[in-house]
Amino acid sequence: MSNYSYILLIPLLPLLTFLVLGIFGRKYFNTTAGFIGSASLLASTILSFIAAKQYFFVDGKLNGVYQKIIAFKYTWLSFSPNVSIDMGIIIDPISVMMLIVVTSVSLMVHVFSLGYMKGEERFATYYAFLSLFTFSMLGLILSVNIFQVYIFWELVGASSFLLIGYYFSKPSAVAAAKKAFIVTRFADLGFLIGILILGFYGGTLDIGLLIERLTATQSAEFINMTTASFLGASMLTWGLSLIFIGGAGKSAMFPLHIWLPDAMEGPTPVSALIHAATMVVAGVYLVARLFPIFSMDPSSLSLVTYIGAFSAFFAAVIACTQTDIKRVLAYSTMSQIGYMMFALGISKVGGEEGLGYMASLFHLFTHAFFKSLLFLGAGAVIHMVHSNEMKDMGGLRKLMPITHIAFLIACLAIAGIPPFAGFFSKEEILTAAFHSNKLIYGVALFTAALTSFYMFRLYFSIFWSKESTLQHHHGEGTWSMKLPLLILAACAVLAGFVPFSNFITSDGKALETHIDLIFSIAPVGLTLIAISIAAYLYKKENDKPSKLAAQFGILYQAAFKKFYVDELYLFITKKIIFPFIGHPIAWADKNIVDGFMLLLGKTTAKISFKIKGIQSGKVQNYTLYFFGGILILSILFIYTWK
Amino acid sequence: MNLSLLILLPIITAMAILFSNGLKQIRVIGLLGSIAQLGLASWLLKLYLNERAIGNTATYLFESNYPWFSALHINYHIGIDGISLAMILLTSLIVVAGILVSWTMDKLSKEYFFLLVLLSMGAYGFFISLDLFTLFFFLEVAVIPKFLLIGIWGSGNKQNSAMKLALMLMAGSALVFVGLMGIYYNTHTFDIVQITQIGISAGVQQFFFPFAFIGFGIFAALFPFHTWVPDGHASAPTAASMFLAGISMKLGGYGCLRIASLMPDAAHHYAWIIILLATIAIIYGAFATMMQTDLKYINAYSSISHCGFVILGIGMMNKTSINGAVIQMVSHGLMTALFFAAIGMIYSRTHTRMIAQLGGLLKAMPFISTVFVIAGLCSLGLPGFSGFVAEMTVFMGSWQNPNGVYRLATIISGASIVVTAVYILRATGKTIMGPISNEHALLGDATWNEKFAAALLITGIVIIGIAPFLLNALIGPGTDNIMLQVGKAITLK
Repeated sequence: MSNYSYILLIPLLPLLTFLVLGIFGRKYFNTTAGFIGSASLLASTILSFIAAKQYFFVDGKLNGVYQKIIAFKYTWLSFSPNVSIDMGIIIDPISVMMLIVVTSVSLMVHVFSLGYMKGEERFATYYAFLSLFTFSMLGLILSVNIFQVYIFWELVGASSFLLIGYYFSKPSAVAAAKKAFIVTRFADLGFLIGILILGFYGGTLDIGLLIERLTATQSAEFINMTTASFLGASMLTWGLSLIFIGGAGKSAMFPLHIWLPDAMEGPTPVSALIHAATMVVAGVYLVARLFPIFSMDPSSLSLVTYIGAFSAFFAAVIACTQTDIKRVLAYSTMSQIGYMMFALGISKVGGEEGLGYMASLFHLFTHAFFKSLLFLGAGAVIHMVHSNEMKDMGGLRKLMPITHIAFLIACLAIAGIPPFAGFFSKEEILTAAFHSNKLIYGVALFTAALTSFYMFRLYFSIFWSKESTLQHHHGEGTWSMKLPLLILAACAVLAGFVPFSNFITSDGKALETHIDLIFSIAPVGLTLIAISIAAYLYKKENDKPSKLAAQFGILYQAAFKKFYVDELYLFITKKIIFPFIGHPIAWADKNIVDGFMLLLGKTTAKISFKIKGIQSGKVQNYTLYFFGGILILSILFIYTWK
Repeated sequence: MNLSLLILLPIITAMAILFSNGLKQIRVIGLLGSIAQLGLASWLLKLYLNERAIGNTATYLFESNYPWFSALHINYHIGIDGISLAMILLTSLIVVAGILVSWTMDKLSKEYFFLLVLLSMGAYGFFISLDLFTLFFFLEVAVIPKFLLIGIWGSGNKQNSAMKLALMLMAGSALVFVGLMGIYYNTHTFDIVQITQIGISAGVQQFFFPFAFIGFGIFAALFPFHTWVPDGHASAPTAASMFLAGISMKLGGYGCLRIASLMPDAAHHYAWIIILLATIAIIYGAFATMMQTDLKYINAYSSISHCGFVILGIGMMNKTSINGAVIQMVSHGLMTALFFAAIGMIYSRTHTRMIAQLGGLLKAMPFISTVFVIAGLCSLGLPGFSGFVAEMTVFMGSWQNPNGVYRLATIISGASIVVTAVYILRATGKTIMGPISNEHALLGDATWNEKFAAALLITGIVIIGIAPFLLNALIGPGTDNIMLQVGKAITLK
């Protein structure tokens, strides 16, 4: 086994950048921060590719199976001899794949922001936050210990709070940042309790050991954990389901998705980074990381399946009605992550049955490229028209040819048209679904059609529809903005041809996959029909869409209002928690608890006021008390204690 | 090293302050004295680690013992273990920071600095005492200055707050005293080391434990005896708030821990009540914080919630949870002091602490705002800062206790991390972010002394947050010893 310790540099370089730019940036590097950030990330990206080459092609395999390599491990906080939080680096197929995805997308975003954020007052701060986020995300994917995952998980949440709230004077941005943090924090509580359960029964927090112990049906830990039960479910189910809740929060699964659309308040390149390729797939990564344990527990896996499938469908319906282009993309992200989730849920470990696992991560891989491309393209469009609303756009294909082509490629990729990247990964997911659960397959197929519909609705509304009325525009943006679009577009075309199943499978062995032409007829055909409908409705400006919306009536309104989930949350917090828990407690503390203490004080004061007359200083009174006392005592002595 | 230096140095500083004139002279002396104290504490740390490194496994190091009032077996017996050393380091950091933020205190400055130094002297004495009577003596030394600091230099309804605080803490001391008397009449000594060897009979433990524990608990904001905390903090001047949260409340937590290890039988017996009260404090404090509108009240109520973790850790009675309780004491001290410092800096510029009247301060005062956000993030338990380490250690420890009800208590306490996020982000979102008012837009940022104070406290928070194994190793032998006592209680039964 060769030396992988240089991988430590991959997360540490962005951390260093964060510290330098965060502390000295405003004063010394406010104009050069972008180059510093991009350069350090370029170094990280190159190292990631070197690592990938070394791992996948040189020494990752042992007897035809990819190995888990612990490149570095340090006991960070020890609770007991067996249970400790370790900081370390794991090298295995999924972490190396994620390294590539995170560093390359982050690099594209860094470069794109050079143009997009130019002239910002807090330019250095922006790059500092980007670096912090990248560091946290890289730390998360390299974790060897489940508590290490949690640590970086929280850091990812905090840095996304900082990035979403970057335009801090805008109240809506602040509200969105708060919402994102609090909703994911709520989910993290589940994650934390899940960790406590897994740690207690597994007797360790080390992921490798946990997997080893909890996948062996004969081990004492496994037997304890499956026999102990609470409310009818085994502790294994509880632990895994709670951990999945944490993952669902970060990955914006129903009903914890409400933060994602609002999070679009952040700068658009930020959305490309955290809401397309990195933070939102953390939940998928988490389930994939613990997949061997999940595969031992069908109940929690079916939770993953149904939540994932429902989210995919639910978000796709909403996406069809939204008018803010970033929100359409946000719901589309939620929908695609739903695909990844249910693909994991229907999978098993090993061979053909593990196809879902491979397909899920393949989709994660291709989705990262085309979705960040879509966001960056949307960013370029917003940069041009200074609005997020579809009605302010239209006819932009002539003004921004490069963006147009890139965006079209991304739309074709997400719609799953061969030979673009999304086709291959989606095809694998559908195949896996077809072979294990027909209901899920049906939902996935219908959602795929919806996806192409809303994506091309978006595409035609931005680039076709009416003629552009923009008079004064400053061109398509700088080369720093166009270059990432082109690179990502190339990835969106080519990523599907990566022989993914050779590298990443549920058991580490290469898996033979092929595209079945007959199987592809249904999804591709449906997709093409959906695209034609979108073209019919949106290619030219007309009143057909609004008529159609009117026909759907209540259903359309409900979808447009995102099925009132936000309102439900607001109701619970504003109408239940605040008035029935918060206020009474604050009131009781002032009036009852403190009131009792005050009463105690006042009563003491009152009593002493009453009896202070006894201490009058008059000798006559004292004499009176003296003789009175003697009288009483003598009576007592005489009559009672004879 | 002779530990008495820790008491002697503040006395010398206090005397020098009395004999100097003018704010400029006084504050320089105060600062030099506190820095010397910090140096002394750091040196002590080095000596301590050296001793441990060469294999000295004695429970208490640097012991010395002089008879003080031999007829009643009262000795001036001092010595430290890792836990007291951690508290000493915490105190010395807070004193330096507190003096730095009081740099422009021109009202009765001589008395002000004198009282601050006197308070720190009481705290040092308290933490090094191995004799319960000496311990009690220093506890009282640390109470009186607080009354004056709030009553004279405070704001708002300061007389009332000062009186409430002093009376409640005095009541706490009285209860502690009853508890100590009970111990004395059973063992005929005040010496902690001897008491541990002799052991207190189970009946006496059960009767006197509640007195001593609740007495110290009042200092540590134990529910429902926490009501001095919000008013006291809110009325106190900045440095006094910092001392109150960073030092005084720690006297209580430390006292509770020592009492639990001296009377382990009773601690086991009453564990469920301790855990119940701690859980209530944690979640109740968090919800009460959510409803506050004044920054100082927010921080004060959140202190109640955070100090609940100290009590919870002690109540769960295992090594991990007690480690967590100690880390939480240090962490809470630094973090709350930092928070109060930031609030003081904001208040001295904007003259308001109501979050409704503040907004967008990041634009006018980036440094102060960053400090505020860091304190907030530490408070909501973000990894990388000390709060996370402390809370997670308490959770891990509490979860080891297989009792189902205690598990439930752990989960309920865990839920506070969500509520904490809500109130911290609410306060940050309203004061630091959002639009700024025109009059606040022109205000200046932190001065050098404020920057230095904040940097000092942040350094402490970050060191614990990034390298928790250092603090863990420091307090480890101390908690091992406590667990030995607790273990004895279990085997005796």
